[in-house]
Amino acid sequence: MTEPTIYELSSPGRVGVRYPQPDVPLSELPQELVREDLPLPELSELNVIRHFMHLSHLNYSIDSGFYPLGSCTMKYNPKINEEMARLPGFAFTHPLQPIETVQGNLALMYELQEYLKEITGFDAVTLQPAAGAQGEFTGVMIIRAYHKSRGDSKRTKILVPDSAHGTNPATSAMSGYEVVHIPSDSRGNVDIEALRAACDETVAGLMLTNPNTLGLFEEQVVEVNRIVHQAGGLVYGDGANLNALLGIARPADLGFDIMHINLHKTFSTPHGGGGPGSGPVAVKAAFKEFLPGPIVEVLEEGDEEMPPMFGFYQPTQSIGRVKAFHGHFGMMVRAYTYISMHGAEGLRKVSEYAVLNANYLQARLRGTYKIPYDRICKHEFVVEGVWDDAPGVHALDIAKRLMDYNFHPPTNYFPLIVREALMIEPTETETKQTLDRFADVMLKIAEEAHQQPELLHEAPHSTPVGRLDEVKAAKELVLCCWFPEQVKN
Amino acid sequence: MYTPHTDSEREEMLKAIGVPSIESLFEDVPAEYRFPRLNLPEPLSEMEVSAQLQELASINETTRDLICFLGAGAYNHYVPAAVDSILRRGEFYTAYTPYQPEVSQGTLQAIFEYQSLIANLTGMDASNASHYDGATATAEAAVLAFHHFRGKRTRFVVSPSVNPQYRAVVRTYMNGYENIEVIGDEAGNPFVSPQELLPLIDTNTALVVVQYPDFFGRVQDLTGFAQKVHEAGALLAVVVNPLALALFKSPGEMGADIACGEGQPLGIPLSYGGPYLGIFATRKDYVRKMAGRLIGETTDKEGRRGYVLTLTAREQHIRREKATSNICTNQGLMALAATLFMSLLGKTGLRQVAELCYHKAHYTAQQINQIPGFEVDLKAPFFHEFVVKCPDSVEAINEYLLDDGILGGYDLSKDYPALKNHMLLAVTEMNTREEIEILCEALKEYSHD
Repeated sequence: MTEPTIYELSSPGRVGVRYPQPDVPLSELPQELVREDLPLPELSELNVIRHFMHLSHLNYSIDSGFYPLGSCTMKYNPKINEEMARLPGFAFTHPLQPIETVQGNLALMYELQEYLKEITGFDAVTLQPAAGAQGEFTGVMIIRAYHKSRGDSKRTKILVPDSAHGTNPATSAMSGYEVVHIPSDSRGNVDIEALRAACDETVAGLMLTNPNTLGLFEEQVVEVNRIVHQAGGLVYGDGANLNALLGIARPADLGFDIMHINLHKTFSTPHGGGGPGSGPVAVKAAFKEFLPGPIVEVLEEGDEEMPPMFGFYQPTQSIGRVKAFHGHFGMMVRAYTYISMHGAEGLRKVSEYAVLNANYLQARLRGTYKIPYDRICKHEFVVEGVWDDAPGVHALDIAKRLMDYNFHPPTNYFPLIVREALMIEPTETETKQTLDRFADVMLKIAEEAHQQPELLHEAPHSTPVGRLDEVKAAKELVLCCWFPEQVKN
Repeated sequence: MYTPHTDSEREEMLKAIGVPSIESLFEDVPAEYRFPRLNLPEPLSEMEVSAQLQELASINETTRDLICFLGAGAYNHYVPAAVDSILRRGEFYTAYTPYQPEVSQGTLQAIFEYQSLIANLTGMDASNASHYDGATATAEAAVLAFHHFRGKRTRFVVSPSVNPQYRAVVRTYMNGYENIEVIGDEAGNPFVSPQELLPLIDTNTALVVVQYPDFFGRVQDLTGFAQKVHEAGALLAVVVNPLALALFKSPGEMGADIACGEGQPLGIPLSYGGPYLGIFATRKDYVRKMAGRLIGETTDKEGRRGYVLTLTAREQHIRREKATSNICTNQGLMALAATLFMSLLGKTGLRQVAELCYHKAHYTAQQINQIPGFEVDLKAPFFHEFVVKCPDSVEAINEYLLDDGILGGYDLSKDYPALKNHMLLAVTEMNTREEIEILCEALKEYSHD
């Protein structure tokens, strides 16, 4: 059933919220500037609540079921996080308040910076970037500023492995760099010889995701990073897959110079239907002064009687602001809550179980689905969603068929180096029962693909709408709804 | 807690994988760096962490404890209870980007409605699904203009009365491109009108950025100015406060090419600066050059209406280094908050809040202007924020006000050296007449002391 839009539900003269009457004398409005027409819908509070409740029922979410969307780390988002971010003491503070009045916020931000430093091994952190992609931009601009500060202007290229997220090349281009793709070898690692051949004095850096998007640990990561450093380049770590490394290895120890961290993946802040994320950037000491400012520091050390005084520090060679104010503070509260509840031991368990779950699922699918890079994986793995003896069935069909069994499909058609890729990331918060149920369904779908392929071609059968016409959407480009004729006001 | 396996389940799983222990899943990690000891505080139970965070939160003084007259880009507004009751639905906040439309129609339709509301409010043809915040939305306007002219026009003229942090972010974003000049806001008179920027706008100018109401709260008709900008062949981006657009002419009506700005006033808590909502709307001609997610209406095989992510060919996961931007996410949940807020208030409520802000701010300005030593320009039209020329440094006055439980205005000298002793005051529907009088009393006492 189709849910009407708020414009279709609108009725002229209806009011959803009443406000107090003005308690001050009215001033004249500048008539020449006043707007005549305000074409917005008019609904009651209950209209609005029912409408959005109906819409919520059309969504699949982590709270409703298994969401093995590879590369997105769709782990459970603890309810306490939401409660904490909404504490009035946090939610009702203005970003420009004097620092003496927001010492609680600053203490939390400072400690979160410290925790992230400890977990990743880096020396300094900015919490400002709004999301992973903005973290990447921040990191690559730091690479640029670093070379520039040394008067080294011949470095025009960023190396990006062919398994990388699309954001890596897009970020490099946005930051003014030429992108050079490095192929992967037969084990899914960066091809060392190709890397060596590409490394010269024009290379500004390498953007490397570890574990990579195949879910595989870069077996020669230390050597890869050494080769780039030897050529005078820096190594940027895409922290998208940090969920496999908590307490397992610290990226700074492995030779990375700069890295972003996705609070919304690794540290359980919710994905919100596509944001807000949060993408803090961590760097080694040599790059601290390039960070976007301000960052939180202790201005005056505390003692037994007085807590320390926190305030802001403006890095001296900063690449500049990437965002207004201090970043997504509400997300920081959630991540801080999560880290506080886990401690070192709990975080290591997160990664251990994320990896255990992925390997277990991989073992259960092995033999039925082709695994092109078949070795112990980390937090995710990639299978081919296609069989030579089931012509016409594609990864997309498998993805859509999974919906009929009430599972969210894995990421599909990524990474690009795997034919008909299905990228599966179960996360640590799923039980063995859920994984078994998912594996059983995947095996059943493989059977269907061979015996009743039409079931897959026409899937999903049970969702509120069937496969939607994306070509029509792009061609007709209807981007807004409007009042139906009879309600037009 | 959140890792549910029992010991026996773990053993069964390891057996199925064919490894003896969890440690053996990590043999590909270099041994010398494997399993570092992390020095973090001992884990807390939910009960303990809740107490600890309440303790931290209670150290802060909030806009509920203090009487708030601080704005400068983030505003203290009332958020109806119904907004958060929907935001807390796990179906919305624990879903991800709607890549699979068949199981994401809730998010898709909500964002489609958001796009519609923003297009109507700004008077533009189309809105995207949002950017990170007002600052990055403004920077994306510059990026759009850069690509529109294929990098051939290299001048970007930015008014000094655009939010200083937004100008900073525009500069950071444009640093990625060679030979770009961002000008117009260098030292000089911060109060210049848009018209005074005209001499800077030439045939090499890609984009002109002004704010409406501007950073100082002033509202000026931009119709004639937009014409002049277009005569030079440049694009005009107007940074808006969406709430002000419930009362004042829309940027679309005045001829802007891009309307961008901060959506926080639309039902999003202050939350110490984020997460907020970047609004971005434009004309048909530029839709394909706009960055960010975009939702379009379509149908399924049976003709049922549905919504999908559209024009994805512009985006990084398809175009990689040729994409219009590296953006993956939008501010989905914040866009939902704004959609709920606008739906609840509707045409009448939104206008009512805007007028309450207007009248209360004007009353406050008139009262302050009568206090010896304080001066407000009452001639130029303004919305809910205005500049007060003070007899002393804003820092000193704010310290005095804070002792009286008042969160004073923004110290403009922080961004404008020429504006020593100038305070930017914001008044919203949240400020009662009594609070306004307490502020005026305190300022009077200050000028007497």
